[in-house]
Amino acid sequence: MSSKNSDETLSGNRNPRITWEGCSVLLDINDGDRVLFSRLNGGAKIKIGNKNCSLQPLIGCPFGSSFQVDVGEDGPFLSRVGPASEGNNLGEKMDCEVMEECRDNRALVDNNTAQTLTGEDIDEMRRKGVTGDEIVEALIANSATFDKKTAFSQEKYRIKKQKKYAPRILVRRPFARSICEAYFKKQGEKIGFLRVDTLSLLLSFANVTSHSDVLVLDMLDGLITGAVAERLGGMGYVCNTYCGMTPYPINIVRMFNFSNETCKKIVHASLSELQPSSRSENSTSIDQIEDDSDIGKVQNKEMSSPSTIDLVSNIESGKSIKAGDKAPLDAINSWKENGFSSLIIAAPDLDAWSIAKELVPLLSYSAPFVIYHQYLQPLATCMHNLQTEKMAISLQISESWLREYQVLPSRTHPHMQMSSSGGYLLTGIRITASEKSPA
Amino acid sequence: MLPIDPTKKLSFNRRIADGDLVIVYERYDTMKPIKVSEKGVLQNRFGMFKHSDWIGKQFGSKAFSSKGGFIYLLAPTPELWTLVLSHRTQILYIADISFVVMYLELVPGCVVLESGTGSGSLTTSLARAVAPTGHVHTFDFHEQRAASAREDFERTGLSSLVTVGVRDIQGEGFPDQLLGQADSVFLDLPQPWLAIPSAAKMLQQDGVLCSFSPCIEQVQKSCEALKLYFTDIRTFEVLLQTYEVREGNFGSWQDSDGASSFLKGCKKRQRNNLEASGTQTVIARRNGETRGHTGYLTFARLNCSM
Repeated sequence: MSSKNSDETLSGNRNPRITWEGCSVLLDINDGDRVLFSRLNGGAKIKIGNKNCSLQPLIGCPFGSSFQVDVGEDGPFLSRVGPASEGNNLGEKMDCEVMEECRDNRALVDNNTAQTLTGEDIDEMRRKGVTGDEIVEALIANSATFDKKTAFSQEKYRIKKQKKYAPRILVRRPFARSICEAYFKKQGEKIGFLRVDTLSLLLSFANVTSHSDVLVLDMLDGLITGAVAERLGGMGYVCNTYCGMTPYPINIVRMFNFSNETCKKIVHASLSELQPSSRSENSTSIDQIEDDSDIGKVQNKEMSSPSTIDLVSNIESGKSIKAGDKAPLDAINSWKENGFSSLIIAAPDLDAWSIAKELVPLLSYSAPFVIYHQYLQPLATCMHNLQTEKMAISLQISESWLREYQVLPSRTHPHMQMSSSGGYLLTGIRITASEKSPA
Repeated sequence: MLPIDPTKKLSFNRRIADGDLVIVYERYDTMKPIKVSEKGVLQNRFGMFKHSDWIGKQFGSKAFSSKGGFIYLLAPTPELWTLVLSHRTQILYIADISFVVMYLELVPGCVVLESGTGSGSLTTSLARAVAPTGHVHTFDFHEQRAASAREDFERTGLSSLVTVGVRDIQGEGFPDQLLGQADSVFLDLPQPWLAIPSAAKMLQQDGVLCSFSPCIEQVQKSCEALKLYFTDIRTFEVLLQTYEVREGNFGSWQDSDGASSFLKGCKKRQRNNLEASGTQTVIARRNGETRGHTGYLTFARLNCSM
């Protein structure tokens, strides 16, 4: 039933810029006010205002398309609209008014009497099938104070009413950037408060590129695993490691719309299997038993807790993801022989040094490593130990500072709110064991 | 530089060979790129180093000089390259570079356009992000700088991924052959608004553009120009803070002896001499001087046509 488009090749490679049935999307409602992950399955729905609309119309549309709620005989449905025009038309009108603006708010009293349309009037209009945009115009026409407001104030008013009565939905491609931002904003604790700029630095410092073998200790529900896999493009491996038997959950990987080739390269192996002294045959047989009962694959029961519902809807819990298989034996042997090309550690609740001292030795010499932590002190201790043990050089603790700006004519300034901490990174390069100078 | 060629990939088994590019690490702030040759010699404050001693060693090893001083031989990466390349122009550093690569949504296979090339600092990281199947088309209006950039990409093994063109993008726009081919466009120009209409034509639907400008007036003009073709316009500043870490000694107040301990302590601090008088802990604080500003990064997505 998926809508085939002309860009699909025989091998099944679809145009990644057009949505398809079953793909994962990021729904951006009202310019970032509300952000929601969803899967475009047959029965998928979204709740907007107090209406439930099917997401079916979204299938087969280009990513970046916008939708608004329309009212039809069968009830409310989503219809595709062109790019937001408020910006453009208002913009030109605004520039003239800005120059001659002589209104101000000295006489405006905020006592809720300015608007003459009541809630019942609006409901009546909605029942009659009046569109959201028309309701907004009606509200403006019936406002006693609208004309007395400054041009900026009028624009703010219009946008506010539009968001309420004519909400827009933007369909976004889930990418490391948008996934990280959405989680950071709504569920930061799940990703250890790793901000998008810190994540971007982490990927650079770790020299993640295709054909790399990246060793990862990811306790951020798979955000880092997914971001690394995205940069590998299906070539190379991202191996998740853990102590004991059970790999950490990597549910976020599901959001990425990875191809089968990419999923195959997302694997896991326990520390004991990766260390040179381990007997590979024995350890795989032990893990085999665990795998059969599917502990290794991801089954996330936390998905149904109330706090996650807003962020993730329609993504089936209980269905195991394609990624996250056990690492194949030949890959493990290759890593033992050649070493990993980089290492990323993100373990908010564990002591960084206890992890680093086991995992850094698995890296090739001259390979970079990055350790992420929300707090500074654990990294400082880890850095000190790495220095004393002479395991690495070019050690550095960094913190990224990020500020967003509003850029509008005569109203350019940084955003009023800002994130003050996106976490810290300890980076370094592994060196060979210390040699004495040839006397 | 990139592990596209399996024989050159970093590994315990990989040995430094004649002709390899090596990053010589003297101190955390003193590094230089060197091409290894049989007869080559390096002279620095630590003494004289023969390249022939390096051949056969692993990357990440120490190398000793005739005097007994040592350096480290590191494998090149785009990060190290940014720190050692020759500056023909002001360059972008890792904080801006990383953010740009992430926000432009670059993955292997993408096609990205860049202008101006400058010293190729960002270009190197763009190439890493799109390798091995993608491509970077970079343009600079300065013929000599374009040539130097081409040489650098030869040295770092990126020539198959990067095409350097000599072109005035502000005046002429991007070439027609690239219409609709780009996944992303990056502009670092004095008047980027002149290049924005052309950039819009080069981009695929929902493609991402980034413009880097040091001055807010440039940003304002660019945003005005972007409104016609783009949506989701966002402007950021990103900076990197580093921390210094050392062992610290904080004696308990009760054990101190008023002014006499204090004066002794002052002298110790001046001589950087920390004896164990209190508890040894690892302490960290921000480094004293840090960059205040590099430029504003403005990102935008191409509007979706109906």
